Amino acid sequence: MSRLIGYAAILAIGIAAPYLFPNYQSQMAELWLFIVFALTWDLVGGQMGYNSFGNVVFIGVGMYTCAIVQVGLFYSVTDYNAAKGGGQTVFTFDVVQYLEGLAVGLPLAAVAAGIVAAILGSAVLGMRGHYFAICTLGLGVAAGQIANGWDWIGAGSGMVVPHAPSGLGETSRFYYYLAFVLAVLTFIVVSWLYSTRFGLAINAIRDDEDKAEAMGLPTTRIKVTAWVISALFLGVAGGLLGNLKRFIDPIEVAFAGASFGVWMVLMVILGGKGTLWGPVIGAIVFQLLKEFFWTYLLGWQRVALGLMIVLIVVFFPQGILGFLRERFPERFGHKVDPALARGAAGEAAK
Amino acid sequence: MNTLLEVSGVSKAFGGVQANSDISLKVPEGKIIGLIGPNGSGKTTLFSSIVGYHPIDSGSIKFEDKEISKLRVRQIARRGMLRTFQQTRIYGGMTCVQNMLISTSMRSHNLTSLFVSQKSGEHGRAEELLEFVGLYQKRYLLAGDLSFGQQKLLEFAMALMNEPKLLMLDEPTAGINPTLINGLIDRLKHANQAFGITLFVIEHNMRVIMNLAEHIYCLAHGQMLAEGAPEEIQNDQRVIDAYLGAH
Ligand SMILES: Nc1ncnc2c1ncn2[C@@H]1O[C@H](COP(=O)(O)OP(=O)(O)OP(=O)(O)O)[C@@H](O)[C@H]1O
Ligand SMILES: [Mg+2]
Repeated sequence: MSRLIGYAAILAIGIAAPYLFPNYQSQMAELWLFIVFALTWDLVGGQMGYNSFGNVVFIGVGMYTCAIVQVGLFYSVTDYNAAKGGGQTVFTFDVVQYLEGLAVGLPLAAVAAGIVAAILGSAVLGMRGHYFAICTLGLGVAAGQIANGWDWIGAGSGMVVPHAPSGLGETSRFYYYLAFVLAVLTFIVVSWLYSTRFGLAINAIRDDEDKAEAMGLPTTRIKVTAWVISALFLGVAGGLLGNLKRFIDPIEVAFAGASFGVWMVLMVILGGKGTLWGPVIGAIVFQLLKEFFWTYLLGWQRVALGLMIVLIVVFFPQGILGFLRERFPERFGHKVDPALARGAAGEAAK
Repeated sequence: MNTLLEVSGVSKAFGGVQANSDISLKVPEGKIIGLIGPNGSGKTTLFSSIVGYHPIDSGSIKFEDKEISKLRVRQIARRGMLRTFQQTRIYGGMTCVQNMLISTSMRSHNLTSLFVSQKSGEHGRAEELLEFVGLYQKRYLLAGDLSFGQQKLLEFAMALMNEPKLLMLDEPTAGINPTLINGLIDRLKHANQAFGITLFVIEHNMRVIMNLAEHIYCLAHGQMLAEGAPEEIQNDQRVIDAYLGAH
């Protein structure tokens, strides 16, 4: 019961937030997307034990796919990207066209990212540990370079995302709610997954993959499936992020391994790896700190962020949730995975 | 009587070390068969070869009359042949119950069957089997927090959860408290008789294997040294020499 009230309160805050803090709508929209990044990263990195630095690939693929569909439904993508910077205004979208573009573009962003994940996953998920991590890092860099050299999508000079027509009202609020819905949906799907046998299977792979295989689990297919599920949500998140930023730079925005790619890992570590709520808490704290640094420590913001990373890893290796759970096992028990909590409580009682 | 597992002429070398050479043996359905031999004689290597953990250099391995020596670990497991590890392996970050729930057989299942609630169906059987090995009280503890011996028992219970046709146990009593060993022997016999699981057991404890197995194979230096009923093996001069280190 109290759990239901808690969920209702979070939803209410999420719905009311743009009215309470109208000046921070785009930051809050970004926060919901960060929550999607962190939740999906933890599915593979925390719960399955495969630390990926390449999940930005799915964001970038989703971002480009969505923008290309938004344009391509009505104009030639080649002409559109070639004309950029020429001050042309012939490429306008009315409200119906704009919404149609999103309605087709966002699902296709998910599909494209999912397909890329299935292909890449079959190739690299055979690797383990550090090899996998480094390989995914390479994938992110390679994807950025490919986009950087591909004229059709604007190459190094990037791609302008169709601007919203004035009839749509305030776009930052519009995107805030889309991001909010996506985050809630991601949370629901991920927490459902953890309640299924699939959730147990990815935990088993994390704990001992050879054993899981020896017990007959189709480990490769499970790993690829988990990555594809992450990618589906990341693709949509990428599509939304592109529209939020309004301009896609192949390396700074779409395949931004050095920012989003690393940040999503940090959020999870900050909040608590391998837990349901850890990524959510981590993303919130991270976004607050990041905005604070960018506002008050301008010029030094990246140094401050770097320092924070070091402090997190040294003092909270288990993350906020892990730290709290160690301190107050009985108290935390019921909010986290009940089975795990009972284990922790029993351990404390011994 | 049907032969469940038939190994013929299997050899396996690691670089210069000939871990198994020309090994042949049979495991008949419904029996308990033993495998003994001094340290480093190639017992674990043979188990690994049988379950497809590594490719063999030559020879043939048949399970239910079908060649399996080219199959992968998972495919063999799905046919109903399972091994436990000498270096006990459980899922340390999960509770005992969760360890059990994810150990059910995948024989008639595929990936989509994983997308059902953890609680569906098998929970009762998981708890029964934990009770059977004496871990019921510990069922909600993290498996990684159990003692080594308890983990060994959990791994055995997980194997039973999988309902294999043939279960290959690599030193099931190693690290188990001597006073509990008799109980474990009873449980192994029970698994064999009541659950109908054929057992193939590596064991260093002579008292255990003599008690348990109906037929024993003995390896030394990667070769088959002797085979026979427990009494024959016990009195075989070659086996005694091998164990006393006369090699
Ligand atoms: N992966 C490997 N790489 C190289 N050599 C190996 C490998 N596995 C086993 N060996 C060698 O093969 C031989 C047989 O080892 P194996 O583990 O099969 O013995 P064992 O009979 O199980 O011994 P124990 O009773 O001590 O468990 C040993 O000499 C060992 O060093
Ligand atoms: Mg061995």
